[in-house]
Amino acid sequence: MTDIQNQTNKAGWPTNGANKILAKRHRTERNFRRLGLTAILIAMALLATLLVSIVGKGYSAFIQTTITLDINFEQEILDPKDTRSPETLKAASYGSVIRNALRTEFPEVKSRIELRRLFGLISKGAVQELRNAVLANPKLIGTTRVFELTASDDVDMFIKGYISRDVVEQDRRIKNNEIVWIDRLQNQNAIQTRFNTRFFTGGDSREPEVAGILGAMVGSLYTLFITFIISFPIGVMSAIYLEEFAPKNKLTDVIEVNINNLAAVPSIVFGLLGVALFLNVAHLPRSAPLVGGLTLALMTLPTIIIAARASIRAVPGSIRNAALGLGASKQQAVFHHVLPLSLPGILTGTIIGLSQALGETAPLLMIGMVAFIVDIPGGVTDPATVLPVQIFLWADSPERAFVEKTSGAIMVLLSFLVFMNAAAVLLRKKFEQRW
Amino acid sequence: MSFLPLIISLLAMCAAGYWYGSKKALSSHSFAGQQNAGRPHLYGLYVVIWGVIPPAILLILWGVFSYSSIDVSGGIAGKIDKVVFPSLITVAAILGLTLAVRQISPNLRARKTVEAAVYCVLILASTLSVFTTIGIVLSLLIETIQFFEKVPYQEFFFSLNWSPQMALREDQVGSSGAFGAIPLFTGTLLITLIAMIVAVPLGLMSGIYMTEYASKNFRATVKPILEILAGIPTVVYGFFAALTVGVFFRDVGTFIGLDVVSESALAAGVVMGMMIIPFISSLSDDIIMAVPQSLRDASYGLGATKSETVINVIIPAALPGIVGAILLAVSRAIGETMIVVMAAGFAANLTANPLESVTTVTVQIVGLLVGDQEFDSAKTLAAFALALTLFAITLCLNVIALLVVRKYREKYD
Repeated sequence: MTDIQNQTNKAGWPTNGANKILAKRHRTERNFRRLGLTAILIAMALLATLLVSIVGKGYSAFIQTTITLDINFEQEILDPKDTRSPETLKAASYGSVIRNALRTEFPEVKSRIELRRLFGLISKGAVQELRNAVLANPKLIGTTRVFELTASDDVDMFIKGYISRDVVEQDRRIKNNEIVWIDRLQNQNAIQTRFNTRFFTGGDSREPEVAGILGAMVGSLYTLFITFIISFPIGVMSAIYLEEFAPKNKLTDVIEVNINNLAAVPSIVFGLLGVALFLNVAHLPRSAPLVGGLTLALMTLPTIIIAARASIRAVPGSIRNAALGLGASKQQAVFHHVLPLSLPGILTGTIIGLSQALGETAPLLMIGMVAFIVDIPGGVTDPATVLPVQIFLWADSPERAFVEKTSGAIMVLLSFLVFMNAAAVLLRKKFEQRW
Repeated sequence: MSFLPLIISLLAMCAAGYWYGSKKALSSHSFAGQQNAGRPHLYGLYVVIWGVIPPAILLILWGVFSYSSIDVSGGIAGKIDKVVFPSLITVAAILGLTLAVRQISPNLRARKTVEAAVYCVLILASTLSVFTTIGIVLSLLIETIQFFEKVPYQEFFFSLNWSPQMALREDQVGSSGAFGAIPLFTGTLLITLIAMIVAVPLGLMSGIYMTEYASKNFRATVKPILEILAGIPTVVYGFFAALTVGVFFRDVGTFIGLDVVSESALAAGVVMGMMIIPFISSLSDDIIMAVPQSLRDASYGLGATKSETVINVIIPAALPGIVGAILLAVSRAIGETMIVVMAAGFAANLTANPLESVTTVTVQIVGLLVGDQEFDSAKTLAAFALALTLFAITLCLNVIALLVVRKYREKYD
């Protein structure tokens, strides 16, 4: 690239000058190569930072601190009339049972303010735990049992080391006297850490320590189900029409351009379409997986159509010709031969489209799936939320304990996505056919 | 009769029709030895088609009737809605099924009818995407026109002040609502620009390295890892931007004596860039791969090194494609919602300082529409006007990008 003529000696060998230029060019070459490698390494480092920060914040969401107390199920408090009817047992004041247990454990605590702090060690969700235990076994009433109760989120954070003892007391959520109580409980081995099953079996809650993702997971499942049953058949049928039957005319062109453009429309615009079409015109229920699923189906459709078309196109023409030669009609050739052969590819594309739908948040915010919903949805028309929206809601909550819940929920969501994508890759590997 | 039992009984009737139709075709004496007769299940399907189409037409009419402005709660209209339509539908289904069953004979070309019906269904399915686009445009346009009846478009497109809160009381001060969208556009541009500054060099360089330098094994391992970045849900990026990157930039800022807010445009932009890296790298990968090998060989033959070939030959040859890829990435960055909702601010600042908080079009759409929606207030309608602007801009970018890419492809094929 450089003018080498002037830098050769009489015999035609390169002189020092030419060698220098060559060395410089080789240096540039090496630097350029390093630059490319650095770019890849930076991108991978960013990914690693993201994953490490999520896992580092979130792994403790799967662990729950519990406090073991001697609970006296006093007949006087729980069932004074000795009826043992479920209504009485449901309405009974389990809170005072817990408070009594704490009073006996710490008899020296007397002042009102201190007592309130002491009672705050145990989660508000512990009442539910006792109620369930008594409802399952009414014979507990009148006895004293050792019981493991969920600790409050502040205690949980303290035990997990997120709240440091070194901070000034005013800036600390756990005060000095609480630390004394916790230390005493720890010395008695009354504080345990357990696998947090409630995280997987509970609905949303304002109390971080009892909040779970089951409601959101069920909501996601319903939403994805609706998305699948709408977008899969329609997507496959459009792909079949466009690849196998469509005449080359203006309408076909319009449809093709349309599908490509739809694939690039921002997802939030689909949310607005959902609001205008499904909520305002069709009057479907707000916050329902039905509406969410329909909205996401419209959004996923282009992905599925594009993947299915590529897969159908990959089936060689000889197969169609063989079928037609044996007297099959065009539709029989397509439905009996081409479609089964392209199905693995279509399914792979569908799974990828659905995994995008599973991670989608913005359109679902628009159609009102962001409401605070405690109950596990029982059907596609019940108000529900989905996993990504639950993450968004928890990320907005001020409590420190919700940070680990959010990260934990993200870990669950990511593992679902990894699972789906792995299934897609396996499917492709297993059924991939080279013609 | 209500809706769901009606549908279930219709389906049951169709199933019975299918069974009976196939059985009649299978067992009928006259079918034996007839070469032209189709396979029995086609006759079943033929019956089902006649059992489905008449009730389906009536169902659509019923739907139009119920959603039209007539009050269906009582009177004759209510009676028609509750009694006449369901019974009509049932009668139509029964009539269709029986007539179809009676028609079954060896001379009936059932396959022709069935295939025609299937063909219609296929066409209907593929036009759904067109209807989706029409639906998007119409729904956005109707609300936007209403919005511009309340707020002049000059204010929306050229005014510098955005504060969409409407007055709760008539005499409230300073809350009549101002709908100048310029700060939103500049905020969107700022964050997009930062994202591109992060994503374009990283994405392009990794694309070049992957195609020109990397060994097969390296490519096979690293490429899927980079694609993970594209598969992570945006809400996760938003959480990462808000809690990790934003705080990190704020701390670094405090350390070197700069005032960085934790909802800075920088944090949102950098994380958005991170999301877009694999998008640009895989697109530029494809484009660079498409540059003919003969160009490379010619360059090597003249004594150029690999980097000289890349810079002087491959990039100029692939430039239209790369520009197209960047335009697609910009359109994606503009439409991205969750990262900015979680990591950028809600207050509309007109600033070019990346260390301050800005807001974007998508953030405002979410802010205006989440929560209570009244479809007559300018506040809610403004979201639709913003969304239409967003839709138009991303559509233009995509069309331009596709045109650029297509033009380039024709050159080398």
